[in-house]
Amino acid sequence: MTGINDELHEVSLTVNGAARTARVPARRLLSDCIRHDLGLTGTHVGCEHGVCGACTILLDGVPVRSCLLLAVGADGAEITTVEGLADPDGTLSAVQQAFTECHGLQCGFCTPGFLTTITAGLRVVPDPTEDEALEMVGGNLCRCTGYQNIVASVHRAAAIQRAREVGAG
Amino acid sequence: MSSLFGARVQRVEDDRFVRGHGAYLDDLGEGALAAAFVRSPLAHARITDIDVSGALDVDGLVAIYTYEDLPERLAQPLPLLIPHPSLTHGRTPYPLANGEVNHVGEAVVMIVARDRYLAEDAADRIDVSYDPLPPVVGLDAARQADHLVHPDVPGNLAANEVQEHGDAAAAIRAAPHVLELDLDIERSASTPLEGRGVLAVWEAQAGRLRMWTSTQTSTGVRAAVAAKLDLALADVDVITPDVGGGFGVKIVHPWPEEVLVPWAARLLGQPVKFTEDRREHFIASAHERAQHHHVTVGFDDEGRLLGMSVRFWHDNGAYVPYGLIVPIVTSTQMLGPYKPGAFRVEFDSLYTNTVIVTPYRGAGRPHAAFVMERTMDAIAAELGLDRTVVRERNFIQPREMPYDQGLIFQDGRPLVYDSGDYPALLAQLKEMISWDEFPAYQAAAAAEGRTVGIGLACYVEGTGVGPYEGGHVVVETSGKVKVATGLTTQGQGHQTVLAQIVADELGVALEDVEVVTGDTRRFGYAVGTFASRTAVMSGSAVALAARKAREKALRVAAGALEVSPDDLVIADGIVQVKGDPDSGIALGTVAVLSNPLRYAFDDAAKAATQFAGGGDLDKPPVAEGEEPGIEGRAFFSPARSTFAAGMHAVIVETDPETAEVTILRYCVVHDCGRLINPRIVEGQIHGGVAQGVGGALYERMAYDENGQLLNASFMDFLMPYVSEVPRRIEIDHLETPSPLNPLGIKGAGEAGVIPGAAVLAAAIEDAEGFTIRSMPISPSDLFELRLTHRSADSGGRPPGPPADIQEAQS
Repeated sequence: MTGINDELHEVSLTVNGAARTARVPARRLLSDCIRHDLGLTGTHVGCEHGVCGACTILLDGVPVRSCLLLAVGADGAEITTVEGLADPDGTLSAVQQAFTECHGLQCGFCTPGFLTTITAGLRVVPDPTEDEALEMVGGNLCRCTGYQNIVASVHRAAAIQRAREVGAG
Repeated sequence: MSSLFGARVQRVEDDRFVRGHGAYLDDLGEGALAAAFVRSPLAHARITDIDVSGALDVDGLVAIYTYEDLPERLAQPLPLLIPHPSLTHGRTPYPLANGEVNHVGEAVVMIVARDRYLAEDAADRIDVSYDPLPPVVGLDAARQADHLVHPDVPGNLAANEVQEHGDAAAAIRAAPHVLELDLDIERSASTPLEGRGVLAVWEAQAGRLRMWTSTQTSTGVRAAVAAKLDLALADVDVITPDVGGGFGVKIVHPWPEEVLVPWAARLLGQPVKFTEDRREHFIASAHERAQHHHVTVGFDDEGRLLGMSVRFWHDNGAYVPYGLIVPIVTSTQMLGPYKPGAFRVEFDSLYTNTVIVTPYRGAGRPHAAFVMERTMDAIAAELGLDRTVVRERNFIQPREMPYDQGLIFQDGRPLVYDSGDYPALLAQLKEMISWDEFPAYQAAAAAEGRTVGIGLACYVEGTGVGPYEGGHVVVETSGKVKVATGLTTQGQGHQTVLAQIVADELGVALEDVEVVTGDTRRFGYAVGTFASRTAVMSGSAVALAARKAREKALRVAAGALEVSPDDLVIADGIVQVKGDPDSGIALGTVAVLSNPLRYAFDDAAKAATQFAGGGDLDKPPVAEGEEPGIEGRAFFSPARSTFAAGMHAVIVETDPETAEVTILRYCVVHDCGRLINPRIVEGQIHGGVAQGVGGALYERMAYDENGQLLNASFMDFLMPYVSEVPRRIEIDHLETPSPLNPLGIKGAGEAGVIPGAAVLAAAIEDAEGFTIRSMPISPSDLFELRLTHRSADSGGRPPGPPADIQEAQS
């Protein structure tokens, strides 16, 4: 066998609330680990150089590009992927609900990255202004929607979130 | 009676997408072997040696293939999909390079390994030796033809095509005013977020191939793969999974990977998958747009066109698998909503050592609109007329419909506009953007030291291109309705809009209708998704199929209720006697009754078994000429395309220091006939406008003189983020129904992108006061233009028409 040291390393992760382990080579991208080792194919890979944002996940609550991280580097982390955004009973999260109401997606390929990004963004800025909404989605690429309904979805998600808090409170 | 047609219903496909449950190509085929490719690093070279020895001991390597390994049919060039009499020198690539490479990115070696990492390890260890040849890059080099892309293609000329209606030269000679313009537009590309991909499974015992591919035509891939692998069509299934955007690039087929992957899967007896990466998509798929135009136009004192002659040069890249569709569309659609007087267009389609050029959303039309709209603005400037006035004077009037432009369109049929109201569209647009008030706004802005400009651009788009699409509708005994059409979906919301149509036709709830597209197991006859054709073609087909199913349901229910079918209606999934809502019989039950049974497989089925009673015992259980089941199958094949239209207006502000262009307002009026779902149409327009803005201000393929694509990544190819698109795209609709299909629909998918370069050039020109003849225009380009014009001004040039509008004759 030549060159490549493909010794396997055990990686333990908490993914969408569940403990998961994978045995991966040191060079395995976190995006590939999530998709192909853990079978969570909702996280999409659009560029593999950190520009498009389709592979964005929440790593310990913070949005990160999983194509720019190695799986071994995420050992011990808590990860949320698009599959973990809905409530355990299947109720869509406020952001997911807003995207369906506002036609915030077309082909759906970039959508998981927007959903995770906005989920994290609204935790920091729960009631974004127009500029703050643009800023929140300003690092993700979409080729279908022209972003109009994605921005609308940010505002709608904030409103749904507020309404749910009032309902729950 | 229509309740869903025209409604802004939410998309039925979104739930799975927002949950992360979509199934795109790379989400499939767990455990499949992975394919990777060694691609040419040179734009033009002879291959002198391929040394694979370094790769042979890579862990997980399964196979390495070069051209020498290909069996006879695969060793032939890939098909030329759309032959044309003018395409005298059509050349297509081999699946793997046969001794010569003609662009950076051309596939040379295929590797199959246990996973993609290992396949790329092996690819890195394969040593290909090249003998470089001089590359031909750009239209100038192609025309000059000091070097040839293909040694047997003189002048790099794939095709020369002329179309003429009237005597343009004579009309121009006789015209009181003549202008000549040179216009350029650069390369861009579809750039879907998901690249290409293909997965193939060979079912050895059955001798059948099943493959999934991220395509815009599963039936096209199926036929091509069956031919290349010498398989019966019946032994090949092609399934299009969820597709992460297409925008034209995925209509090309078969890609080399689409024949090599199934071939390897059969050879190896194991599933094989190829997933394209982003760099590969830039250098090994397809681009579009690059053309140079020379316009000569003659017009009268009022600005009416008398004669127009356009000579243009089209860069088709290294090969022409998709024929001449893009330049043919450019040459015919540049007429827009206008009567051009006598018209002549001639183009050369030229080879270069660059990625192939095939349709990207708009498919030749953005260039066409750029050419005609820049010409209109030049005429207005020449005569000192308002730009809208010149357009109004040249519009085809509604009373003149259908209007024959006297040319042959991309479907090989006469270019005849079916309907449209261009004066109404323009009036709508002018009011929307307050066109007449703009000079006052511009003056006020100037007083504040701000530079603003306004532009408009019009287009007509032939949509719903034939030859046909089909649809199948079946009512299951549960009352659920299953619909299939053969063309594919890349995010346009077809599952929703086709369900809206069928639900209305059948009288059932939207949630009871499920639509499947792009699966040859479900519907084997189809063409594909391109040219804004799905709503027109498959929409009409499923409507016709649903009508057949409805008639059948009414016949069966009429027998059971002992009434005439004419007395029945279907509402909410219940067949009822008109005026008697209590008389109902559920559509699912009708489906049970329509299928006489021997065996009761569930409670509902008991009603159709032989001892359940009912029916005339002297007649066959299935009446002569009837079939079991409530089904309808229909095809729609219109005589011609239907012509949508639209007009965009934009107000821009240009930064006096940085030359950055900011879009202050972007207004769209749009006529795609009857709207099935305004929300989805508007979404299509939003996306198109964003691509139009990208193509006008940001996107270009930066090839160097060696044919290296310098910006083959999302870092350097500037696709718009939210910060680059207008904050609000304002949209208004006009509906002039098409007489050419049962629903009055015209296509909408490409519309938003078409006038992008034209409208932004016009607005920037208005802001800056000098002519814009080349797009895209970056801040650096604009800055350079300012310098050029300032030095020209300081050189004492007298005021008057800009320097590059030359009055050739007056």
